[in-house]
Amino acid sequence: MRRLVLILLFAVTALPAAAIRPDEILVDPALEARARNLGKELRCLVCQNQSIDDSEADLARDLRKLVRERLVAGDSDPAIRSFLVARYGDFVRLDPPLRVATAVLWFGPALVLVLGAIGIAVFLRRRRPAAAPAALDPVDRARLERVLAEDDRR
Amino acid sequence: MRWLFLAPLLLFAIVAGYFAVGLTRDPGTLPSALLDKPAPDFALPPLLPNKPGLASADLKGAPVLVNVWASWCVPCRAEHPVLTRLAREVPVFGFNYKDKPEDARRFLVELGDPYRRIGTDPSGRVGIDWGVYGVPETYVVDAEGRIRHRHVGPLTDRVVAETIRPLMKSLAR
Repeated sequence: MRRLVLILLFAVTALPAAAIRPDEILVDPALEARARNLGKELRCLVCQNQSIDDSEADLARDLRKLVRERLVAGDSDPAIRSFLVARYGDFVRLDPPLRVATAVLWFGPALVLVLGAIGIAVFLRRRRPAAAPAALDPVDRARLERVLAEDDRR
Repeated sequence: MRWLFLAPLLLFAIVAGYFAVGLTRDPGTLPSALLDKPAPDFALPPLLPNKPGLASADLKGAPVLVNVWASWCVPCRAEHPVLTRLAREVPVFGFNYKDKPEDARRFLVELGDPYRRIGTDPSGRVGIDWGVYGVPETYVVDAEGRIRHRHVGPLTDRVVAETIRPLMKSLAR
């Protein structure tokens, strides 16, 4: 029983391991933390939907090494980012920058939401007048009362 | 207000347009970030004793093709006959990427050597400067040493006929 619990515990707590190898990790923990932050937001161009930290691809390892070399050399995070963008284009960033070409990506969902809201507003406004019935005129009212009175008598 | 009923249709047309372009493009093929920019500054040592290496200065003077290849790369083997035929028309330079020199030499002995120059980049660092992400890649470089086109994946007769040859012809003028 205890063994089963242990097995289940390990199974549910299993996390995807980063592909970073022990020999790649920098001695300075502050630099290594910056390397991890950069690694998370840089795309592995071979697998395309993984970050370089998650990918086992050869190029991802080379890029991880490169990021660490530049960090040790004293480069800032933006400098490293632009170094890679200059070589691989904006696609290397998993967090795409706001540009004219990416405006649809950033504002498209909000635009669809606004258009939907306008559509609903127009629909509801049109429906309201139809919902209010016209008042009864005196002749109809008299007839209605007569019919109801007859009904009561039965 | 009268034409408002056309709004969903218009919206559909815009979304369909985006999908029509986006879904028919191969997401694996990226345009080079260096397109129309000068090739990076580099100097690669020669692979063979009787053939020069490859450096940025060699790319100036006439339009050339730079073919990034490796002996471990299976599609490189597939494109080799196409490349060999193409090398009779235009100069092709070899960029041996992340390879062991002895394996690369054996590859050329086995399949033939179409290259005028071969530079070797065992660490792949110059490859990163070029933005190489998957071999084989073929770059069209103009007479001023600017990258004008990049083809990712093996060259085929169709790619050569439709893209590479017309571009090389227009650059030679």
